[in-house]
Amino acid sequence: MKKIELSDCDLKVISDICAKYEKKESELINILHKIQSHFGYLPEEVQRAVASELDIPVARVYGVVTFYSFFTMQPKGKYAVSVCLGTACYVRGAEAVVAALEKELGIKVGGVTDDGLFSLDCLRCVGACGLAPVMMVGEKVYGRVTPEQVGHILDEYRRNS
Amino acid sequence: MKHVKSFILVCGGTGCRASESALIADDFRNMVRQLAIEDQTAVISVGCFGFCEKGPIVKIIPDNTFYTNVSRADVEEILKEHIIMGRPVHRLLYENPETHEKISDSKHMDFYRKQKRIALRNCGFIDPENINDYIARRGYEALGTVLSKYTPAETIDIIKRSGLRGRGGGGFPTGLKWEFASKSVSNEKYVVCNADEGDPGAFMDRSILEGDPNSIIEAMAICGYSIGASRGLVYIRAEYPLAVHRLEVAISQAREYGLLGDAIFGTDFSFDIEIRYGAGAFVCGEETALIHSMEGHRGEPTVKPPFPAVKGYMGKPTNVNNVETFANVPVIILNGPEWFSSIGTERSKGTKVFALAGKINNVGLIEVPMGTTLREVIYEIGGGIKNGKKFKAVQTGGPSGGCLTEEHLDIPIDFDNLLAAGSMMGSGGMIVMDEDDCMVSVAKFYLEFIVEESCGKCVPCRIGNRRLYEMLDKITKGKGTEEDLEYIENLSKVIKDTALCGLGQTSPNPVLSTLEHFRDEYLAHVRDKTCPAGKCRALMHYVIDPEKCVGCTACARACPAEAITGERKQKHEIDQNKCIKCGACYEKCKFSAINIA
Repeated sequence: MKKIELSDCDLKVISDICAKYEKKESELINILHKIQSHFGYLPEEVQRAVASELDIPVARVYGVVTFYSFFTMQPKGKYAVSVCLGTACYVRGAEAVVAALEKELGIKVGGVTDDGLFSLDCLRCVGACGLAPVMMVGEKVYGRVTPEQVGHILDEYRRNS
Repeated sequence: MKHVKSFILVCGGTGCRASESALIADDFRNMVRQLAIEDQTAVISVGCFGFCEKGPIVKIIPDNTFYTNVSRADVEEILKEHIIMGRPVHRLLYENPETHEKISDSKHMDFYRKQKRIALRNCGFIDPENINDYIARRGYEALGTVLSKYTPAETIDIIKRSGLRGRGGGGFPTGLKWEFASKSVSNEKYVVCNADEGDPGAFMDRSILEGDPNSIIEAMAICGYSIGASRGLVYIRAEYPLAVHRLEVAISQAREYGLLGDAIFGTDFSFDIEIRYGAGAFVCGEETALIHSMEGHRGEPTVKPPFPAVKGYMGKPTNVNNVETFANVPVIILNGPEWFSSIGTERSKGTKVFALAGKINNVGLIEVPMGTTLREVIYEIGGGIKNGKKFKAVQTGGPSGGCLTEEHLDIPIDFDNLLAAGSMMGSGGMIVMDEDDCMVSVAKFYLEFIVEESCGKCVPCRIGNRRLYEMLDKITKGKGTEEDLEYIENLSKVIKDTALCGLGQTSPNPVLSTLEHFRDEYLAHVRDKTCPAGKCRALMHYVIDPEKCVGCTACARACPAEAITGERKQKHEIDQNKCIKCGACYEKCKFSAINIA
């Protein structure tokens, strides 16, 4: 994985967030939520900084980051594309939508396109089962998606960037 | 003074918001202002109406007109025609699919007729971001009653007598659970609300939190009083931003009103609630794992005993209940335990909320009395199978549950009956499948989920489920044998008997239930190497119909494996040994000459 250099400003963000939670070890998950929403992901260097702020082993932080699917050590694309793979979407053909997206973007699930524009993930149930199968781009939800529509949906975002 | 004559309720649940219902509500507000009718018209974003299939839903009160599939373009017409002129917009009314009769009031729709809303009583009626709406519907009256009239022991007794059982999956008697926690002696105790709804295809807890967050706060306070706790924690998925937001709003309003905080209703009872965020781990629905996660650790379960009622969050006695369980509590206090226990079956009282989804006409969130049959739910409320297909199975209980078949359709739904039939209530996901669904693939789908979500702490779950998954994968690829089926059965039983927590102990259920009820389908995969539902790609054969083939060569050019041969204007053929079953030829053929066998 590429090494990154944290600026003093980045370190200050981390230390401020930890301080807000009184540097309590029991607040680790809340702290990581806040930091991930700032940086977009949790690379190794950030985890080391958190560990030293809270005075706990890096392994403890890494263990939590890798346990929960919400936390990621990879930066996401500018537009995070995700497909619901809840059971309702599955039986209504979500797998074909995933396959179409993989083909259209030229990446596998979990990957990011070379231009950094799109990343592709699967998630479990967004609760819009009435619209199954469902895909999301960022916060926007697209319902009753067919494999044929995928290209048109992505084009909207390609045009905007 | 403002004298509102019409209320426009716009669904603000996640499903309808995905179809722009938030913008529809904004359009209503803007246009109400433009038309200068804001003194008589109020626009309210409410929680889920449940009829997600027909969303976005807009309801006009007091006329009780229920508009379906509303779009932003309809806003002006509804206001000008209905609100100003008093003429309902006919084309937006629900149409009975059989009689084609337009129905204006939701209580006459088949979807709602058999429902009984207790946990969802306020969803779709009140503004979830306004505590006054909740109070107007007898909100916080139960808390006041408990604090002024009952001792903690009396309160627990009421819950016990009501027969309420945990709605999160296990079905443990709630009153008994409270009693255990109340008997633990400690200077500090906790009430935890489990809102970590990780079951794919279930969204009832989220809908309750989005539509009626105050009911959970009130119930947690009642529980706190009963067990002697002054702190409550809600463990909620970070993936539910709207539910988190509404809960935050509700907590801060309740604090402002003195319904949370010190000396509630002037008594010496104090209670406050904090929110803790989950981070996407299915196992955290298990209460010990949930507690570890709230403490900032990996969400790994631990052996019970000690039960959380003795040693839970931060080592203190803790009572964990699910959202839907809590949602029932205030009503039980208000209407009495006898009222509640008069609903349902002998051993399962009250109602249950189900997220009805899959190949069914009316997808949505429903609440029915315990004892309603699956047939009533699927055919009357759910409106039958989509596209006139044949019903095949219904999956209840999510990854821990099982698949039930035609022969189970008439059993009354309750905790014990579903368990006896080889499935379980679970949190209330109900996924309907039709003849096109391959049951081996469905079992594989659930196992893939389990393999991903197993925390890895105990061997049976971590390794056993992976082996099970591999066996099923092999079968769907046409490489399975009959001995494999026996092996799968044995391994499943070992996992059930030896796994550490509820997740592992129930994880083979989808496999075992499909193996029991759809053995023929498994046998077709292993013996004849065919997939009767036509789902398993590796078992499909693409063949060209010589009658229809015109020799256009489109398929041969599309084939990446060069498996198709034939001269221009001659019949083409597919070499089955070379075919990789990608389906490219099937998509390319303009003459429907390629069949899947």
